[in-house]
Amino acid sequence: MRHSHFLRIGPVGFRIGSDWRAPIAALAELYRDYPIPDVADYTVRLYASQPWRRWIRPSVMIGGDYMLPEAAPLPLAHGLLAAEMAMNLQLALGHRRHLLLHASVVERDGRALLMTGESGAGKSTLSALLAANGWRFMGDEFALLDPLTGSVHAFPRLISLKNESVAAAKTAWPKGRFGPLLAGTPKGDIRHLVPPADAIARMDDPATAALLLFPRHGAAADVRDVPPSEAFIRLTQASTNYVALGERGFDALTSLIRTIPARAIDYPDGDTAIRLVEDLWAQL
Amino acid sequence: MRYRAPPADALIAAHLDTLTAIFHRRSGITHLVTSPAPEILAALTHPLTQEELLARLARDYDLADPDGDALAARLDELVASGLVSIA
Repeated sequence: MRHSHFLRIGPVGFRIGSDWRAPIAALAELYRDYPIPDVADYTVRLYASQPWRRWIRPSVMIGGDYMLPEAAPLPLAHGLLAAEMAMNLQLALGHRRHLLLHASVVERDGRALLMTGESGAGKSTLSALLAANGWRFMGDEFALLDPLTGSVHAFPRLISLKNESVAAAKTAWPKGRFGPLLAGTPKGDIRHLVPPADAIARMDDPATAALLLFPRHGAAADVRDVPPSEAFIRLTQASTNYVALGERGFDALTSLIRTIPARAIDYPDGDTAIRLVEDLWAQL
Repeated sequence: MRYRAPPADALIAAHLDTLTAIFHRRSGITHLVTSPAPEILAALTHPLTQEELLARLARDYDLADPDGDALAARLDELVASGLVSIA
């Protein structure tokens, strides 16, 4: 590939290649504090569907070691999003070292809070807000659960903020480093936020899972217990590699479910969410 | 007709609450079952007819009103899921 960049996020090394300079330049700037991997676990490629599409109405195809055949190309203006999506795709389809849970993770005192839910539930926003209130940010996309130890490993990629959550994050992180506004993407308007310095500096420090949360944004404040069977079902749905891991995945997930409490919270705004989380955390 | 569950080491059971998660090693499939499925699987470590199984469950679990039709329906479900085979 004409342009490339290497970076490591937590235990995962990436080599990102591109037909265009701009997405690589954006990545290199936003990930400038991240280490270079000894070995790239996954290769990501951003390429033109036809040679002339490098120049004429350039559109970015997403590829790499693992590909989705039906993946639609993105305009070059959304090249950074394409790179982020491609890195997530490699992990989602190819990763076998950890049980992957689609969740955001924050940590305090060596203990991890896992927040999972469908897109729009507020996982990323909540993790960014908690990180501004004394928690260590460990990731907003994947919780990496080690099947051998049960530890949660950090995957602190750029925080992906959508639509109105950008303003909330800007208030919480007035000096935060934000990427360009990517307007009108398939997921709405997106801006990426570089994780806080301590999240990057400590990304090799795992944590012990302590609380599983199913947040839901937009309703009056409420907390309810989630029974283990419901948590199990929802986490199998939230895992991209549960089936692929077989017995290791089953053991890891059932151990997690039986070890830590699970709660669902509804929250109308960020301040309420933080209060609910702190209350639950204090009861552990 | 006799029914048989896989050997004990072919299944991994995790009791969650009212549901039990069972991992079937041979197929790699996770099953979520509720009572009386775990009890039926435990009783079928040796092949049994439906009548023998009903008597065994009635004895072990002190059933006041053993229901053969209900047991037949549960056995059909377990056979369809692959957790119980016909010996």
